[in-house]
Amino acid sequence: MKALSIQNLKKTYNNGFQALKGVDLEVESGDFFALLGPNGAGKSTMIGIISSLVNKTEGHVSIFGHDLIKDNEKAKSCIGLVPQEVNFNQFETVKNVVLIQAGYYGISRKQALAQTEQSLKQMDLWDKRDVVSRRLSGGMKRRLMIARAMVHKPRLLILDEPTAGVDIEIRRAMWQLMQEVNRQGTTIILTTHYLEEAESLCRNIAIINHGQIVEKSAMNSLLQRIHTDHFVLNIAEDLQAAPVIDGYEIELAEGQVLNVAVPKSHGLNRLFQQLSSLGIEVLSLKNKSNRLEQLFIDLVQ
Amino acid sequence: MNYSVPFFTILYKEVCRFTRIWPQTLLPPAITTALYFLIFGKLIGARIGAVLGVSYMDFIVPGVILMSVISHAYSNVVSSFYSTKFQHHIEELLVSPVPNWIILTGYVGGGIARGVLVGAVVAGVSMLFTEVNVLHWGITIAILLLTATLFALAGFINAVFADSFDDISIIPNFVLTPLSYLGGVFYSLAMLPPTWQIIAQGNPILYMINAFRYGLIGVTDVDIVLAFEMTIGFIGFLGALSLWLLHKGVGIKN
Repeated sequence: MKALSIQNLKKTYNNGFQALKGVDLEVESGDFFALLGPNGAGKSTMIGIISSLVNKTEGHVSIFGHDLIKDNEKAKSCIGLVPQEVNFNQFETVKNVVLIQAGYYGISRKQALAQTEQSLKQMDLWDKRDVVSRRLSGGMKRRLMIARAMVHKPRLLILDEPTAGVDIEIRRAMWQLMQEVNRQGTTIILTTHYLEEAESLCRNIAIINHGQIVEKSAMNSLLQRIHTDHFVLNIAEDLQAAPVIDGYEIELAEGQVLNVAVPKSHGLNRLFQQLSSLGIEVLSLKNKSNRLEQLFIDLVQ
Repeated sequence: MNYSVPFFTILYKEVCRFTRIWPQTLLPPAITTALYFLIFGKLIGARIGAVLGVSYMDFIVPGVILMSVISHAYSNVVSSFYSTKFQHHIEELLVSPVPNWIILTGYVGGGIARGVLVGAVVAGVSMLFTEVNVLHWGITIAILLLTATLFALAGFINAVFADSFDDISIIPNFVLTPLSYLGGVFYSLAMLPPTWQIIAQGNPILYMINAFRYGLIGVTDVDIVLAFEMTIGFIGFLGALSLWLLHKGVGIKN
């Protein structure tokens, strides 16, 4: 079953700017789906339309088979949204932020209290339940927005840059949590600027640019299209010039640092053999850039 | 979905909001109206004598109560709904399956609750200065609730169009307050020159205040039936306009 189905979605703002130019997209139920694109590409407009925050100009959106216009309440009941910006009432307590949201979904108070507790505990915020929400740290505010989005147990969770501005420790904890939520059957659509995040978490990906989907495929098949990996090698001794090895592009970045472009057809073993034969000892290596990042740049440029 | 849950959620949130900040919402009208009753009712009123057959103090009590109801029903909704927009937590409502009419009735219900509570506070203060009796309970309660509903709706529409905090104070300061003061709170229509009597009859607040006064003390300058028709007519118009604005997403959706 399709968790999300979008056909010919268009949006033109009052100032004439066409943010979406006829987007078609489908996301399968249970998927962990990445929606990537540069700033201003149309991601937020698309998420805004799916979550009823933005009026569409043309096209159809359905959530688990419920048309967003004709079957509005059922479609909305399926969605949980974690927006980019903090948008809860900062004068309410943590518990009330989640409890009020449960009320908006028609959950009775007794049930809402139980689900609020469960949701806050899942986000490790139960101890903060009586704290006024504006006093939370940035990472806690993000977790509160996830707890709020999860309180009515949505079938489709939309995470719009959920880890923006949070430190690496919290980000990793949030990744684990998102994976756990997805394992439990919730479909997740993730937008992020951290491409490592998308590569680690998502099974399928769409890239949007200038209001159009420019790429949609499985993450694995997309990554397989990368023919060349870029590595940075730290070597033991200073070199005056980059070594020349047939089939590899090598440049000397600093005396003891080499940037190497390695075609997948050649692999690393041959490179190391050749470097050893030239008397160059490699101490360590790392990827020069995230693989998806390279592809992303190629697609949106 | 059981619509009573989201309705009472919004209403509960609204009532908690204005009761939490009671020094800003419930205390000021008590102080202001106590001064009105002291200065206009007791000190000046004693020199004015009877108006429409009742003491000046008794004459102004209904108008002062209803003026407070109008002002607070309006300001509760305009400030609360605009803050909801300003802080973006209107998005919590927009993403959830709450129908527009529940959003509207929830916020308007909050405005009515504050209006009625402030009305009760002012009525309590007035009892310190005079004996307050209710002659026609049905008319009194009906016009009180209808007036609070009307101005809560007006506050909602103001909040929908507001783009800044200035925008939510312009209508109360420059339209609502003058119309309330000129709505026959402190004088009878018969005390005005003939031309001003005609102009004053174009002020809808005059009809509501007189209907409320009739309910409390049995005197009025206007036709009570017309007052009810006018108030219900305005409620119908503003209610329909509010729902249309919500449907179109004016001021709340991109």
